[in-house]
Amino acid sequence: MPWKSISPIEIYKLLPRTNCQKCGEENCMAFAAKLVNMETKLDKCTPLLEEPKYKANYEKIWSIIKPAVKEVIIKRGDISLKIGGEYVMYRHDLTYINPPPIALDVDDEMSENEIINRVKFTENFSYTYTGINLKLDMIAIRSVSEDPKKFIKTVKIVMENTKLPIMLCSLKPEIIEAGLSLLKNDRPLIYAATKSNWNEMAKLSKEYKCPLAVFSPGDMDGLLTITKNLIDSGVGDLVLDPGTFVGNGLSTTINSLVAIRWKACEEENPLYGFPTMGVPMTAWFLMDGDKLKKATWEAIAAASLIVNHVSLLVMHSIEGWVLLPITLLRRNIYTDPRKPVSVKPELKVIGNPNEWSPVFVTSNFVLTYYLVSGDIENSKIDSYLLIVDTEGYAVDVATAANKFIPDKFKEVIDESGLEKKVKHRILVIPRKAAKISGDVEDAIKWRVIVGPSDSSEIPAFVKNEWPKILEEWKSENK
Amino acid sequence: MEKSDKNPYRKIAESFIKAFEDSDEIELDSIEIAIDKLELLLSSITRQIITPTIMPPQIVKPIEVPKVKFEKPKMVWPGKIIEVEIGATRSMGGTRDKTYIIGGEKAPSFYFFEKPEIVMPHKPIFALDIFDMKISLPKAVRMFYGEDVLNDPAEWARIAIEKFNADMITLHLVSTDPNVKNTSPSEAAKIVENVLQAVKVPICVGGSGNPEKDVEVFSKISEIAEGERILINSLNLDMDLKKVLEPIKKYGHVVIDFSPMDLDKARQLNRKVYDYLPKNMIVIDMNCAGIGYGLEYGYTATQRARLAALRGDEELQHPLVAGVSNAWAAREAWLKMDPLWGPKEIRGPIWELLTGLCMLLAGADYFMTVCPTTPSTLKEFVEYIYGEKVFSKEELYNWVSTKIG
Repeated sequence: MPWKSISPIEIYKLLPRTNCQKCGEENCMAFAAKLVNMETKLDKCTPLLEEPKYKANYEKIWSIIKPAVKEVIIKRGDISLKIGGEYVMYRHDLTYINPPPIALDVDDEMSENEIINRVKFTENFSYTYTGINLKLDMIAIRSVSEDPKKFIKTVKIVMENTKLPIMLCSLKPEIIEAGLSLLKNDRPLIYAATKSNWNEMAKLSKEYKCPLAVFSPGDMDGLLTITKNLIDSGVGDLVLDPGTFVGNGLSTTINSLVAIRWKACEEENPLYGFPTMGVPMTAWFLMDGDKLKKATWEAIAAASLIVNHVSLLVMHSIEGWVLLPITLLRRNIYTDPRKPVSVKPELKVIGNPNEWSPVFVTSNFVLTYYLVSGDIENSKIDSYLLIVDTEGYAVDVATAANKFIPDKFKEVIDESGLEKKVKHRILVIPRKAAKISGDVEDAIKWRVIVGPSDSSEIPAFVKNEWPKILEEWKSENK
Repeated sequence: MEKSDKNPYRKIAESFIKAFEDSDEIELDSIEIAIDKLELLLSSITRQIITPTIMPPQIVKPIEVPKVKFEKPKMVWPGKIIEVEIGATRSMGGTRDKTYIIGGEKAPSFYFFEKPEIVMPHKPIFALDIFDMKISLPKAVRMFYGEDVLNDPAEWARIAIEKFNADMITLHLVSTDPNVKNTSPSEAAKIVENVLQAVKVPICVGGSGNPEKDVEVFSKISEIAEGERILINSLNLDMDLKKVLEPIKKYGHVVIDFSPMDLDKARQLNRKVYDYLPKNMIVIDMNCAGIGYGLEYGYTATQRARLAALRGDEELQHPLVAGVSNAWAAREAWLKMDPLWGPKEIRGPIWELLTGLCMLLAGADYFMTVCPTTPSTLKEFVEYIYGEKVFSKEELYNWVSTKIG
């Protein structure tokens, strides 16, 4: 059965109804409303979680709101990574919940320097996007030597150089155990149980209370068989890896991920209700060609898996041009589709503008707004930003589709009282909207200056051109 | 077993001995053995080392596990995407060497739980953009063409097809915009004629986005390209549809209906166009935006349109367009950034490539791309996905322990 919305009343009836606000909401009804939209978590209602008299109700609510895909937690120190926890097959059916963490690999035959470099790169990776900091999440430590001593040494180096959660990778249980012995209070991901070692790996997973990946490349019968056995032997936190075949076989990988998620969400088959994982770094040993080609195919594999339900990724490239589009794509796909595309058309005041400060114009597409306002704020330019209603289209699309129209300029200028705030009558519009400048000028009787095509160029524009433009206007309008 | 080996079973016997030394039980999986010979060798060689009590036959048997069979997802897709043919050969009244058919899907793109040729009978078409005037293009695109080429749409088109392996070209008549050069419809039609002579593949022709002018331009080029079954980019609800569709119908062209992000408007527009054209002459465009700059909206609108169509919504059962060139609106595609993020000459093409890939997976059939490397890489991806080439499943276990150089 596909996703069906839940009535908040149904949940509200089972809540304590004390309006204690411990969950951070105004009252129990508000909490129920957020809960059915998956915008908050049930365990935020601490009375329900902790007081014995509510135990039955807690379980009842949980059975109603339990995700189709189990949420599995990988943890180290204070950092917890949640994977899975999904409700729907397609993002527009509700929203996707937990963006897939990205692990970069190190191996136990790398030099200490190389390991430290890669670990530091992973930890320091950061890109600010619409006010959100995009990060990498994990280190995958691979045993290439298959020597437990070397593995222990590598795990130690990683632990000393980062706080990020860890994934221990070897198909040999004794190597995994060597690694686990150093991470006793944490929950690293064990990679992986296979058809030949699942029994021993199950023991380790239980003994160390760690989640366990199941690896059965290109063999769904095998994947399910091992999964079933692991569940029967009491291991509950599993991550399914059907194998990532970059190049030949990529179709098998994509279809396996689609099938797993479909069975979990649309057919409610609990055997498939686990997070999945993919390993785009297999591009580095499956593809022929130079590094550029391998890294490109690693990016292609990663993108294909992100849009096809993967819950965790292991990558090798430390190329910014691979990781930047991948982390941005992940953010895009895991953005809540119920959030509006547009911001309110209005006049935004940036810094402390005076009556001769510039007035920049942009569209009310949420992403454009974030970029432009962010650029102006960061460069500390006192100014006004006029957000014109373009029905949520970006500047270039709005211009091409005739949605950047003079009437809308007029509306927001009038409503905001801009004419009282500045003495000049100059609007700076984006270069991408250059072709509307004449029409706007005629309609609203302001001078329309074509400014930079990208808001990153606004500081240079203000420094080099704005003074001239303003002087010219002043001399013409004495 | 190698017949040439002097003692053909020595190797296997030795490995058994090793295995018995190292473990309590061993599992035999996917091994063919000649039982009589093996028994003989085991009895004669291993007896010296292993006491009979630890090697009764039940130890040398696979661990018993309940087998679970994977069953294909129970998917029912009652709808089917209409097949649209673009271009016309001489026998069809045009002058193209070949035509392309897009559409025909019976399941979401690349859901190959049935044979690919059944659920996705036609491969997507990848076109390169060309423009009727020099426009500002990112360096990562310009560097593939000479500067002169960018002033010559016909030569630009020829290079796009011959050198960069695009299936088609999308000619954008941007200069016709009244606020740009206001090129007249007949001048624009000449450019279309030149391009039609320069390449022998079907072509797609777009206007400037000005709804009044596009009506005039499309009417004229429809006439000049009579019978060529060109793909017109695009119609929308702001246009005088009657005026533009009469010549399009008369001269036999196919159209793109453009309704950015809005399924209701897409249905509404299609219904109006149905009054003039049969359904198999209509393609739809739900819009596309780049990674980091709205990809999720175009991706989801495209995916929603496709799923609705497959679930039976007849008004959306048309092939889909992806304007992947919009990827360049994301600043990360073209901005000179900190060296950490790589040179823009690599970053930009990757941006367009990955944006296109997402739209491919969302269900798009016709791709407008501007970077010359995009069509060939996306085609390579499609070949891999369709391919039934042999690949080793067992080999993949090794990713865990393989040194990557």
